[in-house]
Amino acid sequence: MIPPAFEYARPETVEEAVRLLGEAGEEAKVLAGGQSLLPLLRLRLAFPELVVDVGRIPGLRGVREDGGTLVIGALTTHHDVIHDPLVRRHAGLLAEATATVADPAVRHRGTLGGSLAHADPAGDLAAIVLALDGELVAAGPGGRRTVPAREFFVDYLQTSLSPDELLVEVRLPKADGWGFAYEKFHRVAQSWAIVGVAALVRREDGHIAEARVGLTNMGATPLRAAAAEAALAGADGPDAVARAARSAAEGTRPGRDASAAPDYRTHLARVLTERAVLTAAGMG
Amino acid sequence: MTDRAVASGTGREVGRSRLRKEDARLVTGQTTWTDNIQVAGLLHLAVLRSPMAHARVTRVDVAPALERPGVLAAFSGADLAEGLGSLPCAWPVTEDIVLPDHPPIAVEEVRYAGDPVAVVVARDRYAAADALEAIDVDYEPLPPVLDLEEALAEGAPLVHSDKGTNRCYTWPLATGESFAAVRERAEVTVRRRYHQQRLIPNAMEPRAVVVTPLAASGEYTVYSATQIPHILRIMLATVTGIPEHKLRVVAPDVGGGFGSKLQVYGEEVLALAVARRLGRPVKWTESRSEGCLATHHGRGMIQDIEVAATREGRLLGLKVDLLADMGAYLMLVTPGIPILGAFMYPAIYKMDSYEFNCTGVFTTRTPTDAYRGAGRPEATFAIERIMDELAAELDLDPVELRRRNWIRHEEFPYTTIAGLTYDSGDYEAATAKALALFDYDGLRAEQRERAGRGDPVRLGIGVSTFTEMCGLAPSRVLRDLRYGAGGWEAASIRMLPTGKVEVVTGTSPHGQGHETCWSQIAADVLGVPFEDVEVLHGDTRSSPQGMDTYGSRSLAVGGEAVHRAATTVVDKARKVAAHLLEASEQDLEFREGVFSVKGSPEARRSIQEIAFEAFTNHDLPDGVEPSINAEHVVDPENFSFPHGTHLCAVEVDTETGLTRIRSYVCVDDVGHVVNPMIVEGQVHGGLAQGIAQALYEEAVYDDEGNLVSGSMAEYLVPSAADLPEFVTDRTETPASSNALGVKGVGEAGTIASTPAVVNAVVDALRPLGVHDVRMPCTPERVWRAVREATA
Repeated sequence: MIPPAFEYARPETVEEAVRLLGEAGEEAKVLAGGQSLLPLLRLRLAFPELVVDVGRIPGLRGVREDGGTLVIGALTTHHDVIHDPLVRRHAGLLAEATATVADPAVRHRGTLGGSLAHADPAGDLAAIVLALDGELVAAGPGGRRTVPAREFFVDYLQTSLSPDELLVEVRLPKADGWGFAYEKFHRVAQSWAIVGVAALVRREDGHIAEARVGLTNMGATPLRAAAAEAALAGADGPDAVARAARSAAEGTRPGRDASAAPDYRTHLARVLTERAVLTAAGMG
Repeated sequence: MTDRAVASGTGREVGRSRLRKEDARLVTGQTTWTDNIQVAGLLHLAVLRSPMAHARVTRVDVAPALERPGVLAAFSGADLAEGLGSLPCAWPVTEDIVLPDHPPIAVEEVRYAGDPVAVVVARDRYAAADALEAIDVDYEPLPPVLDLEEALAEGAPLVHSDKGTNRCYTWPLATGESFAAVRERAEVTVRRRYHQQRLIPNAMEPRAVVVTPLAASGEYTVYSATQIPHILRIMLATVTGIPEHKLRVVAPDVGGGFGSKLQVYGEEVLALAVARRLGRPVKWTESRSEGCLATHHGRGMIQDIEVAATREGRLLGLKVDLLADMGAYLMLVTPGIPILGAFMYPAIYKMDSYEFNCTGVFTTRTPTDAYRGAGRPEATFAIERIMDELAAELDLDPVELRRRNWIRHEEFPYTTIAGLTYDSGDYEAATAKALALFDYDGLRAEQRERAGRGDPVRLGIGVSTFTEMCGLAPSRVLRDLRYGAGGWEAASIRMLPTGKVEVVTGTSPHGQGHETCWSQIAADVLGVPFEDVEVLHGDTRSSPQGMDTYGSRSLAVGGEAVHRAATTVVDKARKVAAHLLEASEQDLEFREGVFSVKGSPEARRSIQEIAFEAFTNHDLPDGVEPSINAEHVVDPENFSFPHGTHLCAVEVDTETGLTRIRSYVCVDDVGHVVNPMIVEGQVHGGLAQGIAQALYEEAVYDDEGNLVSGSMAEYLVPSAADLPEFVTDRTETPASSNALGVKGVGEAGTIASTPAVVNAVVDALRPLGVHDVRMPCTPERVWRAVREATA
């Protein structure tokens, strides 16, 4: 459990971090809360030449409002996300899901930005940001750019960040008035989700006007259950939700690992989608 | 609570929930965990391990590692082979057992993923870890041997080709009528196959060893995170050829073991060998991943079990056929683990016939050995599971079936069909108490109601009326079982001149709280304050004689030795007191640490004063040695037999397969209790581990023999967040095999809980047609079982 040798840098500004990342190219790794990177280093699954510790850069922590958008600094810890009044008011789904991440020690160190940039499809938060139609702000040598969450997660542990870009902000449209639920299915409290389903539901006149469903660990990236979302529009009760939830795994390619086979994941996605939507819609 | 224990003292300590005196240093870490030990000039050892389950090692080139910064030496297996013997197996269970050579580091062949092939010695552990990557090893792959039944088939690839077979031994036991005969007259028979998955012990503290050589005198001190410093000393002397009297072994504070540190490990030998070679102190500390691969595993059996019974539910006979996975080598007590279980399959039940047969099988996997319960959890699981199956077959309540077969309290002492004599027990009392605490009838009613309305979340109720044998062990029984040592335990008590007390024990605590309990026992007998007692352990220099800690033996054997030694101290002090008080011994009373003359209470001498008198030796009776110290070695006359009734209610979500434990009640009878809080803690931890086997943990290998569950991300150890609130209670039927009346509690919870949980899961699903779920009962397995049954 001893990491391979690496160089270590602790920039004071975003610009300095971006410069260091640019110089090292593919050989650098960003260290935020360290809850994903350090285990990878210790298990010798990652061999960066340079670790850029962005943890001391000011201004990347905390939550603010920007009109109809909630802006969360990339270095905001899970613990701070869970307890932030703005997050609780405008993005309750994120607070609820973040509370299921690992254990208190991890939640006090791990960061929202770090979790998203790590892009583990078994991580809980990517599907949440996806379901919330969030955007991610990356700082690079040419300034900042904003990437929709749908375009951010590219493949297993891969994002659309280029090696010289640093994730600095997460922007979430306020989901005021939306019901929400996160159904995380895992075997022990500290283990990753076998499957997780995030549901956001807007109701009108007793039926579901609009639903968004994010899937954790149903493929190489976090996914939206597009077919189920379409089928849910107009659903007027539990039976309709159950019918719609049957399409929750459409278009997904869940993997096989020590915790589950693909057909079981597919089954879980349907069951959990039904449950999450019913809860979010207040129909449960 | 323990009247005999306190007969000569004040009776204030035994039976009291004393906070553990060792905890301040253990829980803050401000103590000598082996890895904390720093010595001038310390070098660090790292071990390169085989990435393959089975291969011929054709070349090991350590030279490139020597080029790396900070590296002082690197050795292949061949470099170290000279002067090192085979790692020991102390329990060759049969005369014709196949006992393969087990080099501490592989020389020609690796036989499990994790088998050591080379070592690096460097100035710091980072340099050592980095340099491992520079070592070049050529492997010629050999076929892995993974399936126990295929391993025994004709023409199967061999783990040890020189032995010509993968069969390690076959150990039979048959008592009473022949099983064929009782099967003939039985009205009902039930036969099942159960799988005991492999478990990874995962003690909180990883293994670690530090060796400091004294080159000038040829002496070595070995600090090791071990449960068995005394046995280790003997074995290290044997393996390395270093004379025993030149070896001092210290088990500093040790952070858990669960049997995994009841072992003589290759790394202990390698650290000693390298320290000898280089004349420098050496440290090795295991990483958690290494621990998964190279610390021995537990369980790993296929159990074929059959019961024969009458229609009324009276057991006639029991037949058990085991295949036991030895892994690649026989370690300290590997072959004996299933044999410890052999005597426990009949459990608390009366029957006319018992046949047992165990075949040990070599595989290309990490060796197995003792893990909390060691043979007894496996046995208890199989019998308690099949009792539920028999109850279902007979349409009887599972508790009622047990009641019809168990030994009634008035029948003790009772010699079981397996030949053990259970000295005491009261299964009726423990069960009645458990049923009441659990609200058995209420839960059964709810179960029917939920099943009736088709609730997808089913309620299941599981019972386990377990017993176990502990207090290991009468030495002559061990002889008959071909175990290589005795089962006694030693204790001595030093009365210091200032009135303080040192208790020296041969047990070797690694979290159990011996310092607290032994202090309570000694304080009561001697009539001294609890705080005035210091317990010394785990160092072969200060505690020269001992058999160490495992098998829930420490209190029943080692605690008894402390009790007897303390009693002898009082007897010796009484002679001195009589002399000083000019009275006859018979006229003395001893109360709260003070001798006084009956009828003249002003004539008094405290035991502390007597200790000082012995120190000065100014006025001792003629012919009396100037010491009231005493030592005692106890060899138990019998095992002790804790028992209890555990009840578990689970809610099984048939849509997802998830099992949630709703309530868990256990009533344990561990005899008299020295410290109720420690007993409670042992039960809680034991339950957690037994539940872990039922629902969570499994060492998983792929088809090539690689350990897939090689970290705690895949090997799921449950935490408090995953476990219910336990309702624990006790009955107290004293053991007759020791004066304290204690039985032992270290393994009870683990042994009892696994079948209670699985019985509950199956009970929830039985109306759907499910009769078994393989352990661990993962959500996916439960879901598949339901799907297959309802398809």
